[in-house]
Amino acid sequence: MSKHVPPDQKHGPQPPTHRPGLVGQLTNFLDDRTGYRALVHEALYERVPGGARWRYVWGSTLVFAFMTQVITGLVLWSSYAASSQTAWESVYYIQHEMTGGWLVRGIHHVMAQMMIVLLALHLMQVVIDGAYRAPREVNFWLGLVLMMLVLGMALTGYLLPWDQKGYWATRVATNLAGLVPLLGPSIQQVVVGGPDYGHHTLTRFFALHAGFLPATLVLMLVVHLSLFRKHGLCARQPITRPDAMFWPDQVLKDAVAMLAVMAVVLGVILMPALRAMLEGRPIVPGELGAELGAPADPSQPYAAARPEWYFLFLFQFLKVFEGWGATGEFFGAIVVPGLVMGVMFLMPILGRWQLGHRFNVAFTLAILAGAGLLTAMAMNEDYAALWADRASFADVEKLLEETDGDAAKIAAHFGNDATKIAAFKARAKKLDKIRHSQSFLDASVQAEADAARSIELAGRPERIPPAGMLELIRNDPLSQGPKLFAQHCASCHSHVDPAAPNAASLVAKASAANLHGFGTAAWMRGLLDPKQVAGPAYFGNTAHKEGDMVNFVQNDLADATTWTPDDVEAVIAAMAEEAGLAAAGTAPALVEKGRGLIADGDRCGSCHTFRDNGVAAGSAPDISGWGSREWLVGIITDPTHERFYGDSNDRMPSFGKAEEGSAPMLSRRQIEMIADWLRGDWYRPAVHSH
Amino acid sequence: MSHLQQHTEPPSGRRGFLAKLLAICCGGLATLPPLAAGVWMFLDPLRRRGAAATFLPVTELASVPDDGIPRQFAVVSDRVDAWTGFAAEPIGAVYLRRQQGSETVEALSATCPHAGCFVEIESQEKCFRCPCHNSTFMLDGGIVAPSPSPRAMDGLECRVAKNGQITVKWQNFYTGIAEKVARP
Repeated sequence: MSKHVPPDQKHGPQPPTHRPGLVGQLTNFLDDRTGYRALVHEALYERVPGGARWRYVWGSTLVFAFMTQVITGLVLWSSYAASSQTAWESVYYIQHEMTGGWLVRGIHHVMAQMMIVLLALHLMQVVIDGAYRAPREVNFWLGLVLMMLVLGMALTGYLLPWDQKGYWATRVATNLAGLVPLLGPSIQQVVVGGPDYGHHTLTRFFALHAGFLPATLVLMLVVHLSLFRKHGLCARQPITRPDAMFWPDQVLKDAVAMLAVMAVVLGVILMPALRAMLEGRPIVPGELGAELGAPADPSQPYAAARPEWYFLFLFQFLKVFEGWGATGEFFGAIVVPGLVMGVMFLMPILGRWQLGHRFNVAFTLAILAGAGLLTAMAMNEDYAALWADRASFADVEKLLEETDGDAAKIAAHFGNDATKIAAFKARAKKLDKIRHSQSFLDASVQAEADAARSIELAGRPERIPPAGMLELIRNDPLSQGPKLFAQHCASCHSHVDPAAPNAASLVAKASAANLHGFGTAAWMRGLLDPKQVAGPAYFGNTAHKEGDMVNFVQNDLADATTWTPDDVEAVIAAMAEEAGLAAAGTAPALVEKGRGLIADGDRCGSCHTFRDNGVAAGSAPDISGWGSREWLVGIITDPTHERFYGDSNDRMPSFGKAEEGSAPMLSRRQIEMIADWLRGDWYRPAVHSH
Repeated sequence: MSHLQQHTEPPSGRRGFLAKLLAICCGGLATLPPLAAGVWMFLDPLRRRGAAATFLPVTELASVPDDGIPRQFAVVSDRVDAWTGFAAEPIGAVYLRRQQGSETVEALSATCPHAGCFVEIESQEKCFRCPCHNSTFMLDGGIVAPSPSPRAMDGLECRVAKNGQITVKWQNFYTGIAEKVARP
């Protein structure tokens, strides 16, 4: 209004010489009603004492990261279903089937980790610059609360896919919450949503992750930013350069930093794709970005359980308190983290003195360095076997095995030489670490295989049943077969590929036949081999070692005048055909010839019932349909049945036959899964040609 | 203008105090129902109790070799998760162990008493080890010192029926404390 006005326009309304255009009129109208120009001006034309600097970008990158999480989070929300039968399933669908799902989930996942890094940088910058000093104390405290909210979102987000990794990590985290004095068990029960983990654990974690925590965060962030503006930027001292404006100087630096953050995030997501491209492998989008493990199963151990890397230091910290009993866990999980947060809240007070400020800086750096060290220790414990030379501990392993770890025997071995014993113990300890690491690595490989199988099954044309993915896995021969075999069969039988490097020793340890490839021509060829039939892979370690079959193979079958090699091959082909596992292209004429030889009362048919050869059951197993699913289910159910071994059954339990008044050892379905797994009969996805 | 200015200062005196008190009370009262109802519902899980500890069938005596080495068995039971009823679902796991020639069976919960991970058996080293924080236990569940775990593995009551059926009293215990306290 104080501008120079020409004298002829001083009185009365005059038409303006420059009528604003349409856009101008509209913005004038808006500014009149809202005063937005002043707001924008205030937002952008903030003075930056000493000019724009790179060290001021961290706060802005955090706001940017949070906005990224809001955008990607809302989109993920629109496709996510929080319940124990739909959480994994919907995340699978997002990751592996929805257009761009892998990218949105990948950005959300990697940016969450990025936020933790940015938080650490922002905190360090604020503490080092002493930006918490009066009058900015309240804003520093708000910042600490914001940090805890972000950590809370990271923790709650980890569970939402409801995979084994998130499930077991959450069990640990909520159990630790239960250690809070007095209220602990109640807090745990409210967070978990009841006495056990299930639907309400997910609905609550989701409500926290996408509702309570971000809403609180937005409120706090608004106050944090307006207080930041009220106090102005805490400039790095001494100021040597001229002041600058927030817009565009500092905004440019902020924007470049945001772009760099985004580039790192995309780089992390796309790196495996680049590697695949260079190695000439096909790029599978579902395998990029965030992982999805096998669905959560409380009855299945998960030995690869680890928190996300930024919580590894807390995880490792719990191991520090070995031997402290209950106090150790309480200390490690509640007291020490509480004290550290307490000191951080006191920093603005301590920082009033120069010595206090130095303490604050040293404390922050020490905590970050300590966390870094603990993280490195945790990684080293887990991955040591990758770079350790286990072969150089062969003598230690051998001695431990020979002495069964007995201290007196070990001492005797070294002639009671104290230095030698101490040296041995130190090496045994190192070996122990390598072994631990190896079991973690093995568990990780297993976890990856389980995850891959779950994803394969979820992609079946029949899709996931309403009861959820777990039902599918619990009925999958490939997933359950090895576990059932290990639990019920492996105490006698081996299941080792004869071509495996240590096959011979593993097979020799077993007290019954090696069932690898049972039903195939290769297996049958071994049985009919005079050199193998009495070996440990067949009847060697059983009561049938000197039985009729062994006798027959070693004498009759070995006589080339009665059994030509072609005859034996015909029998092998016919038997594999019975199992339904004959190699493609097996000549029908050969099978026909083999069937005739088997049924022949002077040959196999002298003992075995085969089809309609009229041999009475009981002297030897009926081999009609040998190795077929039905035959295998039958023999596992009851080997003492006259169709199989009858009275001459050697030790094998009747797994499917119930004792009076109780349930059988294995259900029909479990036996079927063992049979299917032994026969290699499970769902395989069709191979797509690209 | 002077007429308007009279009302820019809040009223003082008794009438003013009453108005302020009423405003705060009405506003507070109006906000209370959604807040209280919300808290009431949010704390619903505190009323929930787990299934009462009962003896659940686990396996047959013949399935537990009498070699003193514990074997892992799934515990199967009907289970209710909020609105979903699961029939005969694996709800957890136990380790069963039988000494040579013995007809009695010892049962251990597979849940680590430290932080609740799934304890695994190391057949090679003849011990239990938790894959999370390395708590190690002897085959009878006893603690191998020094251990992050504050107590030995939790034993479970175990019965063997005449026909060989093994049942185990399935219970969860609070983790991270020295005493073995069953969860309600």
